[in-house]
Formats: sequence, structure tokens, C-alpha cells
Amino acid sequence: MENMDLNAPHSMGTTIIGVTYDGGVVLGADSRTSTGMYVANRASDKITQLTDNVYICRSGSAADSQIVSDYVRYFLHQHTIQLGQPATVKVAANLVRLLSYNNKNMLQTGIIVGGWDKYEGGKIYGVPLGGTIIEQPFAIGGSGSSYLYGFFDQAWKEGMSKDEAEQLVVKAVSLAIARDGASGGVVRTVIINSDGVTRNFYPGDTLPLWHEELEPQNSLLDILNAPAPEPMNI
Amino acid sequence: MLNFATPVSPCPSLLDSSLLFPVSLRVIDRKIKAHLPTKAHSQVSIMNMSESVQVTNNLTNPEASSQRTLYPYVTGTSVVAIKYKDGILMAADMGGSYGSTLRYKSVERMKSVGKHSVLGASGEISDFQEILRYLDELILHDNMWDDGNSLGPKEVHNYLTRLMYNRRNKFNPLWNSLVLGGVKNGQKYLGSVSMIGVHFEDNHVATGFGNHLARPILRDEWKEDLSFEEGVKLLEKCMRVLLYRDRSAVNKLQIAKLTEEGMTISQPYSLKTFWGYGAFQNPTVGAEGSW
Repeated sequence: MENMDLNAPHSMGTTIIGVTYDGGVVLGADSRTSTGMYVANRASDKITQLTDNVYICRSGSAADSQIVSDYVRYFLHQHTIQLGQPATVKVAANLVRLLSYNNKNMLQTGIIVGGWDKYEGGKIYGVPLGGTIIEQPFAIGGSGSSYLYGFFDQAWKEGMSKDEAEQLVVKAVSLAIARDGASGGVVRTVIINSDGVTRNFYPGDTLPLWHEELEPQNSLLDILNAPAPEPMNI
Repeated sequence: MLNFATPVSPCPSLLDSSLLFPVSLRVIDRKIKAHLPTKAHSQVSIMNMSESVQVTNNLTNPEASSQRTLYPYVTGTSVVAIKYKDGILMAADMGGSYGSTLRYKSVERMKSVGKHSVLGASGEISDFQEILRYLDELILHDNMWDDGNSLGPKEVHNYLTRLMYNRRNKFNPLWNSLVLGGVKNGQKYLGSVSMIGVHFEDNHVATGFGNHLARPILRDEWKEDLSFEEGVKLLEKCMRVLLYRDRSAVNKLQIAKLTEEGMTISQPYSLKTFWGYGAFQNPTVGAEGSW
């Protein structure tokens, strides 16, 4: 432990994804919150609402990301009242940036801001450690994202439909969960477009099996008692 | 006639939306800033709610209460710039690295400043974005005088020098190396400022790895009154070497041209690389096991 490079960016226990598609955005995340090696919450909700039309994916310190989202929700609420119309995704993202940048020495949280507004449509903004703000067609974050750079380089394309985008997100989070110890549980997605917001929930048994993973069984006894295979017809 | 500057708009900023929705955002912006750690003394930040929090923080995370920037997170690599016949040429790749990962590949690290200048930056991207905001405000106030004068590259370079040096004195630097180039009234200007406030002006400048790899090439091959084509070829020669030899370089770059008429920035493009040396095909012939 003493040999760790203390200045390398800290990897964060989570997988979070935000993807734009033709008409809106799809946000996705795993559901594992860990305290060291122990899984404190196996069904957390890392996709948090800021306004009716803007949600964020939180990674890194659970406490830091929660407090940032609480402050931004509070400011956005005030802003919406004063503005008289829904806040834009860009404004929400910039508020996240302000807090992340100006408290960079104290915070350890990477955030993906996604939503839909009538001026720009569906937009995704990444706000990594340090408080950089970067608009992207898709964003990945958290420790599980290390395993997804190659996947997205190959699988991402412009102009996907809503279903294609959601399938991509679910597949990606599922792949990251398979390899990242700090990610696990269920896959949650949130789809935001002009029609509103849809929350989806994908437990482990609905996800595909990857390399070296086996079909879940109730018990060994079921396998032992399974009917003998048909003899071959030679 | 009030002229709100920058035809090339900087990165997504509060300012952009503020122009559409002036009142509420500036109020909230100021409210947030009021809570921020002030430059002189810290601790009254939006995050610190009580004194007791400080004690545990100081033991478990000794850096938390400090007001110094300790290390960069998302960084850009070299910027190279030269004076040429009609003005300034500047090149930078579009990479934003996160430690050793080449995480972002479409980061614009050169932006126009006012009518006469272009700023390129390497180092922490969030600090570069903050510098752009400071410059936005500087140019805005300059325009508001509405007196026909406008800040030239020399003035902007001086402003940046003061900014960087004063932050350095408080042990809270903006973690960037900046290149500022421009043309005003026929006078070409090219300067550089580091994160500790070291600044100078020259016919060709570079940051980061560019100092070691590009400047020797420029010292040899730069001459007065290069044509646009010669200048671009020279910059590309430098950028190609950086691509071969800088681990954080990314093969997607832009070249900015700044003349009396204004700034244009090229579309992102990639350079071809050459690997056809015989020695590359068979590097260990005659010495098996070597590399």
C-alpha cells in the first residue's frame, strides 16, 4: 500500500454511463455501494434527479456526490422559479462544475449530467475529478469504465434509436459489472426525452452471460436430478 | 454599438446562458461564489458546515483543508506556435489525458480571445476553462468602454502573467502552461506564461514536451516571413515528432491561424505516420533478445 502512487487519479467504485440518441438521452448505472471490501448497499440508485428534465449519474465518494447533487437541485429549483421555465441541461451541468471546481481539494466525485431541454434537445456533460466540464455524445465514468473504453470505441455510433441506445447502455454496464469488483447489483437506466422520463430496472437474471459465467441454478440437486441426456442415434 | 466579443464561442459557459437569462443565474452564480474559499483565507466553504468536521478531515485527509491546488487531473499536452508572414500559427492536439489514460479526444485547447489574440493551453483543463472565463470578463469590460480601443495580444499576455504569478504566490497555481499569440495593427506578438509565472516573448514558443522536442526543430528551421504553407508544414513536422515520442499525444489536432483579419481554426485532422524503416521490421536481427 505504501508503494501506491498517491498522485494518480483515484479510481471510483461504480460504473456510470450517459448516451445521447436521436431525440434524448439514456443514463445508466450499476447499483453497488461499497465500504472497503463490504457491499454496504447492493441496490443503490446512483441516477439522481435534479429537475423534471435533468438527471445525474454519481460516482466516487457517495457522500460528496450526494451533497453536490443536493446543492445543485436546490439552486436549480430557485433558478426555475425565477426563470419561469424549465432549466437547461447546460445550466445544470455548469452548476455542478462550479461546485466541483471550486472545492476541488475536498471533493472526490465524478458526475455525468444528462437531460433534455427544448433548446438543445438531449445533451450529456461529463464533469470528472477537478471540475472540467466537457460536452460529449456519450460519457462513461467510475472504476468500471476502465473496462468500457475499448467497448465503446467499437460499439458506439451516431444516430441510434432509443431502444438501441438503451440496449447499448445495459450491455455496457453489464460487461463492466462482470469485471469490476467495485461494480455490481442491478442495472438501472433512465431515459429522458421530450415525452418525459422513464426509469427501468434490469436485475442480474435478465442480463446476458459473459465469458466464464454460468447459468444461475436454484441448487446442485436440480442439476444432479436432471433427466439423463438422450442417447445418440448412430 | 456594443460589441460582445468572441465570434468563436468558448466552451459551454454560464455566460452563454446568462446572455439569454440575465438575472437569475448571475444572482445564483454570485451566491455560489460568495460561499467559495476566498483567496486570502479559506475554510468558509459551502462544504464545511462545522468546525468539528475539520479535525477528522485533517487526520484522514490532510490535504482537504488546504487551499493549494495539489495535482492536475485532466491534462492537455504540448502547444506549439510560430510567427509567420501574415501573423501567428498555433498547433495543439485535442487530447485530454486522465493520468495515463487518453480519456478525452475532442478537447479544444486553443480559443480566440477578443479580436486580436488566440490562447493555447496545456495542463489542467478545468483551470484552462476558468482562465477563459476570466478572459471573457476582461474582454467584456474592455468592450463596454466602447471607446474604439481593444486589448491587444501584448496586454492580454501581461494580464495572464499577473494572473498566473499571483496565484503562484499564494501556493495555489492555475496548473497550466499558456501560449498567447496575436496580431494588432500589423504587429505580430507571441508569448508564453508558465504556471509559476515565468513569461517571455519569442518568434516561436512551445509548452510541455514541445519545449524539448519541437523547439530544437524550430530553432533550426524557423525563419522570418514564412509563408502559410511553410509554416503549417513546419508545425506538422513538430507535431509528428510529438506524436511519436510523447505518450500523452493523441493523433487528432487542430491548427489555428491568426492574422489581422481574425482567427480561423482548422477542422480536427490526423497526421500520417511512418513506420517503414528496415530496422523497425527486424529490430533484433543479429542480437536476439534485444529490443
